[in-house]
Amino acid sequence: MTKNNLKAKDFTTDQDVRWCPGCGDYSILAQVQKVFAELEMNPDEVAIISGIGCSSRFPYYMNTYGMHSIHGRAPAVASGLKIANPDLSVWIITGDGDGLSIGGNHLLHILRRNLDVNILLFNNQIYGLTKGQYSPTSEVDKRTKSTPMGSLDHPINPLAVAISADATFVARSMDRDPKHMKTMLKRSNLHKGSSFLEIYQNCNIFNDGAFFTFTDKATKKSSAIFLEDGQPLVFGENNEKGIRLDGWKPQVIDLEIDNYSKDDLWIHDEGDLYKAQMLARFFDDPRQEGFLPRPFGVLYSSERVCYEDQLLAQLNEAIEQKGEGNLDQLIAGSVTWEI
Amino acid sequence: MSTKIEKEEITIKFAGDSGDGMQLTGSLFTGNTALTGSDLATFPDFPAEIRAPIGTLAGVSGFQLHFGSRKIYTPGDECDVLVAMNAAALKANLTNIKKTGTIILSTDGFDKKNLRLAKYADGENPLEDESLANFEVFKIDITKLTREALKESPLGTKEKDRCKNMFVLGFLYWRYDRTMQGTIDFLTQKFAKKQDILEANIKCIKTGYHYGDTTETFTTQYKVKPAPLEKGTYRSIKGNEALVIGLITAARKSKLSLFYGSYPITPASDILHGLAKHKNYGVKTFQAEDEIAAVCSAIGASYGGDLGITGTSGPGLALKGEAIGLAMMLELPLVVVNVQRGGPSTGLPTKTEQSDLLQAMYGRNGECPLPVISASSPSDCFEVAMEACRIAVQHMIPVILLSDGYIANGAEPWRFPNAGDIPSIKVNFKKPIGEDKTFLPYLRDEKLVREWALPGTKGLAHRLGGLEKEANTGNVSYDPANHEYMIKTREAKVDKIADFIPEQKITMGVKKGDLLILGWGSTYGVLESVTKELVAEGLQVGHTHLRYIRPFPKNLGKILKNYKKIMIPEINNGQLSKVIRDQFLIDVIQFNKIQGVPIMKAELKYAIKEVLENM
Ligand SMILES: Cc1ncc(C[n+]2csc(CCOP(=O)(O)OP(=O)(O)O)c2C)c(N)n1
Ligand code: SF4
Ligand SMILES: [Mg+2]
Repeated sequence: MTKNNLKAKDFTTDQDVRWCPGCGDYSILAQVQKVFAELEMNPDEVAIISGIGCSSRFPYYMNTYGMHSIHGRAPAVASGLKIANPDLSVWIITGDGDGLSIGGNHLLHILRRNLDVNILLFNNQIYGLTKGQYSPTSEVDKRTKSTPMGSLDHPINPLAVAISADATFVARSMDRDPKHMKTMLKRSNLHKGSSFLEIYQNCNIFNDGAFFTFTDKATKKSSAIFLEDGQPLVFGENNEKGIRLDGWKPQVIDLEIDNYSKDDLWIHDEGDLYKAQMLARFFDDPRQEGFLPRPFGVLYSSERVCYEDQLLAQLNEAIEQKGEGNLDQLIAGSVTWEI
Repeated sequence: MSTKIEKEEITIKFAGDSGDGMQLTGSLFTGNTALTGSDLATFPDFPAEIRAPIGTLAGVSGFQLHFGSRKIYTPGDECDVLVAMNAAALKANLTNIKKTGTIILSTDGFDKKNLRLAKYADGENPLEDESLANFEVFKIDITKLTREALKESPLGTKEKDRCKNMFVLGFLYWRYDRTMQGTIDFLTQKFAKKQDILEANIKCIKTGYHYGDTTETFTTQYKVKPAPLEKGTYRSIKGNEALVIGLITAARKSKLSLFYGSYPITPASDILHGLAKHKNYGVKTFQAEDEIAAVCSAIGASYGGDLGITGTSGPGLALKGEAIGLAMMLELPLVVVNVQRGGPSTGLPTKTEQSDLLQAMYGRNGECPLPVISASSPSDCFEVAMEACRIAVQHMIPVILLSDGYIANGAEPWRFPNAGDIPSIKVNFKKPIGEDKTFLPYLRDEKLVREWALPGTKGLAHRLGGLEKEANTGNVSYDPANHEYMIKTREAKVDKIADFIPEQKITMGVKKGDLLILGWGSTYGVLESVTKELVAEGLQVGHTHLRYIRPFPKNLGKILKNYKKIMIPEINNGQLSKVIRDQFLIDVIQFNKIQGVPIMKAELKYAIKEVLENM
């Protein structure tokens, strides 16, 4: 029982949820509602800003303040809102097309400015709302209505982009692991600064199974690696595999066969930017033989001053230096004369 | 001893290479002129390139000042005096001097290289041939005199030569019988930390002044008496400055924080610069990554309870279109300032044009009518800025404010108001409500305006968005009848603003008669003064100038009926003409000049007379 007595259902609205049955978005919505209840969030102090896409319908289903804005621009709207009222808990909901294609520019800039907002990028490697064109995260050679002979573009690596933009919190989760997602949502919320959480989301209509390698029971343990701060990088059915660094090169080792123990493994350090960059580069196409496991969890977390705090500090500094602005002085300027 | 001649009005043009400091010279001379009590208008004319090749025609930077002992409406058609620092500056302005005008030349700017760069034919030199015979020409070797004056100065030759414009300024101060102290004080402040430069500048001003005084070639000084301006306290103001001050004043008067999201673009950047200087007035400026982010950030700020403003020029307005439509659907306040410039595309960035009226009116997807208002002079920008903010917050709507490059950079004397006399702008945020009540975000009052409900307020959690909304609840709705109803309602909401703006007035001339001169924006001065002259000649002409273009003032239709013909002069291809024809089903006579420069009095007067003669 939470102190403000709100339950997950108190965060739902009376609007019919319009996602396709079986869509991964449902799971994300459910986890966000649960987490908000568990964190005792006050619905009146939360604003959820989205762009356009299936994923961006999200605010309509959350009983908080919210805005379904225009395609790709949620980070810009959220920036203005956060600057106007830094006390709000601001969440940005975006998709792989919304956040990385049309809105890629804004994403870079909000991350480098480090406004204190939480960004949830629902990655389904497809344009859902416009009925199934390939997206910037789609794998090469994807056949869609717009790419009948296969897509040509090399995919974007969202976490590598975020880290390169000097994001201060970079994490990945998946729709089919609610527990992990809840932990990641709570970590995002806790982080002061822009948190970037990519969530692998299944679009069962246009890109079913895009992430099954990572999410399916049969293959999950051998293809996904779950990061824990201070813990060695292990994965595999019985945690029998690990990653060690051979100089600068990550190397998969089999703890049961190779001559290594857990002590030889790479120990995850969320504060290590260089290692985080390498982890973000664990991005092999899972169709490829011997691919590195895909990391989930917090790849990177650090602190940096937030844009809106500094902006407001400058206003105070200006008042300290020059005194609170006087309207008559402003209007008159420095040189006047009488007639 | 020189003789002193009194003049009613004088137009001077300072022209030189971008690096010659003509803009500063012009501004300082303008400031000095204002203090004498003359009325004035200025027209700075920048080259397109920041650093065009030295000495070329493309690199000529000009500053025109018109001042007089009567009301001054325009920066003047042709100049009485041209100051030309080099051959290119002379060539570029030769057609702009009155037949008997005066040319002050810096002879060192007419060497072989300069003549070639100014595209004079081989062997041709206007200083030596008869081409300037009709003018009064003063040839001064300003470089030599400046260097001579500064021979003791520790500055390098390059830095010394940069003081040439101060010599010019000093000389003109003598010619127009001025005092130098104000300028010296200004320089003392500006170069407080650069003693050598300060001393050199002062030395050159004084040298220029004494040069006029002691050289026997110069026998005449000119004097212009103060103009019969209304009594009061004045300052000099440029359009972009007035916008900055007006926006800040509106924020104060509405008790809102000002948020300005913008992306640099000529000629709007000075608004961003100006606002950024005033953080101690609680002004938040946000230099966004592009125009789309700029407008979206302003929308977000308005959603959060700030006065969200964005500013740009034509190309930027095009980028903002989709987001402005969003703000219109969200029914949140937003002010969009567009300082117009020559278009289309990148067009003529540094030149003026009334380029975007149609873009402002119609340049969005779907049925998206919005209030559009325009500024008619530099000082008018102050009031228009406050009006834009008032309409935005009181009618919960994005307002497009049109200025242009001409008034943005042009200056005029302004009898400014007391802050205390400016009425406050009432804003009501929706108050918190109890759990037993439901909040209907799209419920409207008698003005058809919904309430401004801020995130963070108890009980008002609601979702906004660009999808069509159901009346009252604001829920997403695909209902056909609802869509039509909402479109009509949003249009009616804009039209209703007409109940809250002043009626249109005839500012000059007859209230009923042969011809109405109808204008908007920066052409105010030229239309007003031409009308004044025509009326003095006994012609049946009236002038009215629109501030509010959408909606039009309610009595505009009636005014249009009071004249046999209507002429609409514009610095574009006839944009207001289209709107007037569409709305009132009447024909109008167009007068269009699309050359990146203001309309000249003479050309307009000629055109009007032709119309009147053929009636
Ligand atoms: C300016 C603009 N261009 C195009 C569209 C059409 N459009 C809507 S959503 C979308 C792609 C959405 O993909 P994504 O962000 O991955 O969201 P998803 O539907 O997959 O959740 C596109 C192209 C639009 N709404 N606005
Ligand atoms: S199209 Fe795909 S992403 Fe969109 S709602 Fe359906 S399943 Fe979900
Ligand atoms: Mg997608």
